Amino acid sequence: MNFDTRKLVVRYRRRHRAALDGVTMEVPSGSLFAVLGPNGSGKSTLMRALLGSVSFESGDVQVEGRSVSTWSRRELSRSVGAVTQSETVAFPLSVRELVSMGRYPHLGPLGVERADDRLAIEEALRRCEAGNLAEREVGTLSGGEFQRVRIARALAQRPRALILDEPTASLDIHHEMGILQLLRRSVDDGMTVVLITHQLNLAARFADRILLLDRGEVAAIGSVSEVLREEVLEEVYRWKLRVRRDPEAGYLTVTPLA
Amino acid sequence: MNRPRALHLVTWLILLFAIGGALMLSVRFGAVGLSTGEVLTALRGSGSATNRFIVVELRMPRAVMGILVGGGLALSGGVFQALLRNPLAEPYILGISGGAAAGAVLLLALGWVAVTSWALPLGAFVGAGVAILLVFGVALSADRRLDVRVLLLSGVVVGAFFSACIALIISLSDAPTVRSAVLWMMGSLSGSSWRSVAVVASYTLPGALILLSLARSLNVMAIGEETAGYLGTEVERVKRVAYGIASLIAAAGVAFAGIIGFVGLIVPHAVRMAVGSDHRRLLPLSFIAGGTFLVLADLLARVVLAPVEIPVGVITALVGVPFFLLLLRRSLRS
Repeated sequence: MNFDTRKLVVRYRRRHRAALDGVTMEVPSGSLFAVLGPNGSGKSTLMRALLGSVSFESGDVQVEGRSVSTWSRRELSRSVGAVTQSETVAFPLSVRELVSMGRYPHLGPLGVERADDRLAIEEALRRCEAGNLAEREVGTLSGGEFQRVRIARALAQRPRALILDEPTASLDIHHEMGILQLLRRSVDDGMTVVLITHQLNLAARFADRILLLDRGEVAAIGSVSEVLREEVLEEVYRWKLRVRRDPEAGYLTVTPLA
Repeated sequence: MNRPRALHLVTWLILLFAIGGALMLSVRFGAVGLSTGEVLTALRGSGSATNRFIVVELRMPRAVMGILVGGGLALSGGVFQALLRNPLAEPYILGISGGAAAGAVLLLALGWVAVTSWALPLGAFVGAGVAILLVFGVALSADRRLDVRVLLLSGVVVGAFFSACIALIISLSDAPTVRSAVLWMMGSLSGSSWRSVAVVASYTLPGALILLSLARSLNVMAIGEETAGYLGTEVERVKRVAYGIASLIAAAGVAFAGIIGFVGLIVPHAVRMAVGSDHRRLLPLSFIAGGTFLVLADLLARVVLAPVEIPVGVITALVGVPFFLLLLRRSLRS
C-alpha cells in the first residue's frame, strides 16, 4: 500500500508558519519508512495528513493513487492502522476490549463479532506478545505493555499499512527492540509501515527509506545512507554529530558530540 | 472489564425483573393501597371504576413517566460521560437544567401559568432549547468542529447565567410563586398524564434508539477522538448527533418532571461497575436501571410522609448518593 504527497501545505488556524510547507514525498508499498525530524518539524501533522484527518491548504495526499479525501473513514480504517503518540482511557476497560476495537471497522451493522474477528484479535495479541495480558485492565498496564496493546489493536484491524507516531518513546531497550522487530517482520510479510521516531539509530538499523523533516519542509529523503549524513543532520538538528558505520553490526550509528 | 456472558445475562434478567417489580409496586401503593390482583383486574378493564381510574389514569402514566424520564436521564448521562470523557458529566451539563428552570420560573413568576398548565413544560423545553443552542453555537464557532472542552466550559457558564436569572426572578416574586418555583426545580412526576407520557416518549424512545446505535462509536470516542477517527468513526457527525439527542432527551424529561438530579450521574457509573464500560451493554442497561430507580424513588416520595409528597429529586439524591458511595467504596476495595 503506497502513500504519496504532492506539494502538501498544511497550516493550523492562527499560526503564521505552515506546519507542512510544500512536502512532496512517496512511501513505497511494502517498505519501512521512517520519518525523522526535530520537535515541531511536522512529523505528527504528516501522519494526520496521510490519514486524512487534517485539511490541506494546498497540495494533495494520495493513498494507493486515490486522493485521501475520497476515502471514507471506515474504508481507510479497514486498510490503515494508526497508533498515535498517546491516549488515555477514560473508563475501566480490559485489554481484550481495547484490542477488539480494532475490528470495529470490519463489523456489520449489528456489530456482532464473528469467528474471523476473534481470530484477528487473538493473532494480534499473540504477535505483540500480549496474549497473557488479555484479561488485565488497561489502567494497570506498564508503559511498555500499553504500547504493545495499542499496536495489537492496530494489527487487529488487519491493515495493509501501519502508521505509528513514536511508538517506542519512553520504552526500555528490550521493549523498543521488540516493537521494532515486530514492525520489521510485518514489513517483510508485505505490510507498509510509516514510523515516526526521534531515534536516529533505530531508523538507521530498521528503515528502508527515511524522510527527514525540518520546519515543515523536506530536508532530505532517500535511503538510510543518503539521509543520515553528518552535514545534513547537523544542519537540521543544529548540533555537532558523528555518523559512523558500526564495524561489527554493519549499520550506521549517529552519536551526538559534546 | 470483561465479565463472562452468563453474568451479563443475569444482570439483564435482574434489571428486567426489577423494572417490572418497580412498576407493580408503584401502581399498588399510594393513598389507596391496591393488591396485585386488583391492579391486574383494573388493567384488564374490569373491577371498580375508582380502581380503574387510579390505576389506568393516575398511577400507570406516572410510573411510565418515571421509566421514561429516569431511563432517559441515565442514558443521556452515560452518553455525555463517554463524549466528554469525564466521569463527572451528567445530562444537564450543557446548561439544560438552568435553561429549563429559567423558562419555567419566568412563566410562573409572570403569573401566566398555573403549576398544572400545559404551557409550563413548553416554557421549560424552550428554555432548555435556548441553552443547548447557545452552548452549541459557542462550541461550534471554531473551524466548524465541536470542541469538547469549549462545550463543557460554555455549558457550565450558560448554566450559571441562567441560575442568576432564576435568582433574580425569584427575588422579585411573592412567596407562593417562590414556593411553586422551588418545588418545580426539585422535580416531580405528579403531573403525569398519558398525554404528557406520549410527548416525552416521542422524544425519548426514538432518541434512545439512535443513541444505542452509536454505542460502538462511543466506545472508541471514550479512548480519544483522534484514535476514534482512525478506527473508522465519523467523529464530528457522531458528536453532533449524540450531544443533540442526549440533550433533547434530557430536555424533554426536565420539561415535564423538573430537575431530577443524580440519576444521570450515578446510574451509568453503578451500571458500569456491574457490567464494564462497553456502551453496547452500558447504555441499554443504564436506561432500564435509571427507569427502575426513578420509579422506586417516586414511590418513596409519595408514601414516606403521605399524604405530603416529597419532591422526587430530593429522594434520588438522599437515597442515591449513599448507595452510590457504598458501591464506589466496594469497587475500590475489590
